[in-house]
Amino acid sequence: MGLTAIAFYALAAVAVGAALAVISARNPVHSVLFLILTFFSTAGLFVLLGAEFLAMLLVVVYVGAVAVLFLFVVMMLDVNFAELKQGFLSYMPLGALIGLALLAELVLVTSATHGQGHSALAPPVEGTNALAIGRVLYTDYLVLFQLSGLVLFVAMIGAVVLTLRKRTGVKRQSVSRQVGRTRKQAVELKDVKSGQGLS
Amino acid sequence: MADLIAQYGPVWGFWLGVGQILAIMVMLLLTLAFILLFDRKVWAAVQMRKGPNVVGPFGLFQSFADFIKFVVKEIVIPAGANKTVFILAPLLTFTLAFAAWAVVPIAPGWVISDINVGILYLFAISSLGVYGIIMGGWASNSKYPFLGSLRSAAQMVSYEVSIGFVIITVLLLVGSLNLTTIVDNQKAGVWAWHAFAWPTVFIMFPMFVIFFISALAETNRPPFDLPEAESELVAGYQVEYSSTPYLLFMIGEYLNIVLMCAMISILFLGGWHLPWGPVEQPFLGFLVLYAKIWLVFFMFAMVKAIVPRYRYDQLMRLGWKIFLPTTLVAVAVLAGYVAYNGRPVIGG
Amino acid sequence: MSAFLTDYLPILVFLGIAAAMGIGFMLLPWLVAPKDPDKEKVSAYECGFNAFEDARMKFDIRFYLVSILFIIFDLEIAFLFPYALALDDVGIFGYWSLMTFLGVLTVGLVYEWRKGALEWE
Repeated sequence: MGLTAIAFYALAAVAVGAALAVISARNPVHSVLFLILTFFSTAGLFVLLGAEFLAMLLVVVYVGAVAVLFLFVVMMLDVNFAELKQGFLSYMPLGALIGLALLAELVLVTSATHGQGHSALAPPVEGTNALAIGRVLYTDYLVLFQLSGLVLFVAMIGAVVLTLRKRTGVKRQSVSRQVGRTRKQAVELKDVKSGQGLS
Repeated sequence: MADLIAQYGPVWGFWLGVGQILAIMVMLLLTLAFILLFDRKVWAAVQMRKGPNVVGPFGLFQSFADFIKFVVKEIVIPAGANKTVFILAPLLTFTLAFAAWAVVPIAPGWVISDINVGILYLFAISSLGVYGIIMGGWASNSKYPFLGSLRSAAQMVSYEVSIGFVIITVLLLVGSLNLTTIVDNQKAGVWAWHAFAWPTVFIMFPMFVIFFISALAETNRPPFDLPEAESELVAGYQVEYSSTPYLLFMIGEYLNIVLMCAMISILFLGGWHLPWGPVEQPFLGFLVLYAKIWLVFFMFAMVKAIVPRYRYDQLMRLGWKIFLPTTLVAVAVLAGYVAYNGRPVIGG
Repeated sequence: MSAFLTDYLPILVFLGIAAAMGIGFMLLPWLVAPKDPDKEKVSAYECGFNAFEDARMKFDIRFYLVSILFIIFDLEIAFLFPYALALDDVGIFGYWSLMTFLGVLTVGLVYEWRKGALEWE
C-alpha cells in the first residue's frame, strides 16, 4: 500500500508540474515535450487504477499520434511564443470561470461516490480490462460507438476540406497507366533502307 | 519479477529481477553486435565479395572494434543546435528500443514483465519510436536532417497503421493481448502457426507478408530507407550526430529491427515452439526463438541486398493505397469468419 | 502491492537501467575522446558549402494531413482491439455494429482517395 501511495503522489506531482510547464515554457517545442510528459504520468495513474488497457491506449493515441501532430506543427511553424503570450492576462477572467466550472464538476463527482473513488462506481470485473470494455462497447453502448465513428469521419472530411490545395504542373506517376501499357503503345516498327537513317 | 518477489521476498526478489534484466540486456547487446556483422556479411555475399574479415577470425570482433571507434571519437554538437533536445533524442531512441523488450517472452516462463496487454504495449512503443527521429532532426538546426526526419517520421507513421491492422487479425485468432498466450496458441506444430494455419491461411499468410514489409518500412530498412540513404540525404536525421550519440541511434535502430524480427516470430511463426510440436523447456525454447529471429533477420538482410530503393511517393502510395485497404478488408473478412464460425481451434 | 501492479514495476526498472546505460555510453567520450570544437566542425552540413539560409523551411501541409489520417486510423485500430478479445461474447450483433463503424470510416477513406489527399505523399 505504501509503494502505491508513493507512486500516486509522484505521478500526480509530475503530471501537475508538467502541465504547468506546458503553459509557461518559452520554447514551444519544450511545451509539447512537457505535454508528452503529462500524458505519460496520466497513463501511469491509469495503470495504478487498474485500467491498463486505457493507459496503453492513452500512450498509443495521445503520445503516439496527437503529440506527433503537435510536434510537426510546432516545429515547422516558427511560432513566436513571446508575442503570442502578450494578451495572456486579458483572458484570465474567462479562464478562471472555466476552471471554476471544472472544479464544481469534480466536487460533484467525488461527493456522489462519497469520496471512495472508482471502487464505488464500477462493479467487479472478471477477465481483463479490455475484455470487459469489449463486452459492452459494441452492444450496450452501440449509439455512442457509432457516434464516435461519425466524429472520426467528420474529422477526416474536415482535414481534407480545410487543407488540401491542388498543386498545378506536378508530374505524377500513374502506376495503373504504366502497367496497362500495351505493346502497340510502346513499340513502333519502322522499315529502314540500308544506308539511310531513320530521318 | 513478480513471482521472484513472491518467492524470495521483496529485497532478494528485486535484485534477482534486476539480474534478469541485466542478463537480457547483455544478451541483446551481444546479439546486436553479431547481427550488425551478419547484415554486412550477407550484403557482401550477395554482391560476391567478402564482408568485414580483418578484425578477429572471419571479422567476428568487428562490432567491438566499431564500438571502440565510436567511443574515442569527439562528440560534435553543431552550433545553434538545441542542446537539450539534441542529447535527448538518441537517449530516447535507445531507451525506448530497450523498453519494448521488457514484455517480450523469450522462452516459456522467461519474460521480465508478463502484463496482460503485452501486444498493445509493443504497439505503443513502436508508436513512440517516431519521437527520437523528429527530435534528432529538429535539434540539429540544419535543413537536411530536418527534412529527412520529417519524411522518416511520416513514413513510420504511415506503416504503423497497417502493422496495427495486421496485429488485429492475429488477435482475432487468439483472443488475448498477452504475448505468451499468443505463442501458446500456435503450439501444435507448423500447421498451427498463424502464418500457415488452415483454413485462415488465405488471409493470414498475406498478412504475414504485409507485416514483414511494413516492419521494413517502420524501421527505415532498405528498400524503404530513402530518408537516410547515403546518396540522397546522407544519413538523414543522423547526419549531424557523431560518436556515441550516433552509436545510440544505431543501437536503437537495430534493436528495433531485432524487436520486429521477434514480433514476426512470435505473432506468425510459432514463437519458441518447434515445427513438429510444443516446447516446454525454457532453454530449448529460447534457442528455437533465437534461431527464428536470426532466420527472419536473414530475410531482412537479403531484402536489403536485393531490392532497389523505393522513391518516397511510391513508398507512401504503398502504405496508404495498397496496404491500408488490404489489411482493412482482411480484418473485416477474418472478423466475419470468426464471428460466424467461432475461433478456429488449431490443435491448441 | 497487488500482483497486478508488480507486473509493471519491472518495466520501470528496465527503463531506468536502459536510460542509465545510455547516459553512460554518452558520457564515455567525455573521458576518452578529444574535445576540440572549431568553427568548421560545428557548422551545419551542407555538402561543403556554408548553409544558405535558416533551417526552418516552408510549412508543408502534406505532413499535417498524413498525421491527421494517422490519428484517425490509429483510433480505428484502438476500437478494434476490444472486439478481437470479446468476439465470442458480442456475437453477430457486435460484428455488424463493428462493420458499420468500419464502413463509415471506409467511406471517409474513399473520399480522401478520390480527393487526392493520399497522393504523392
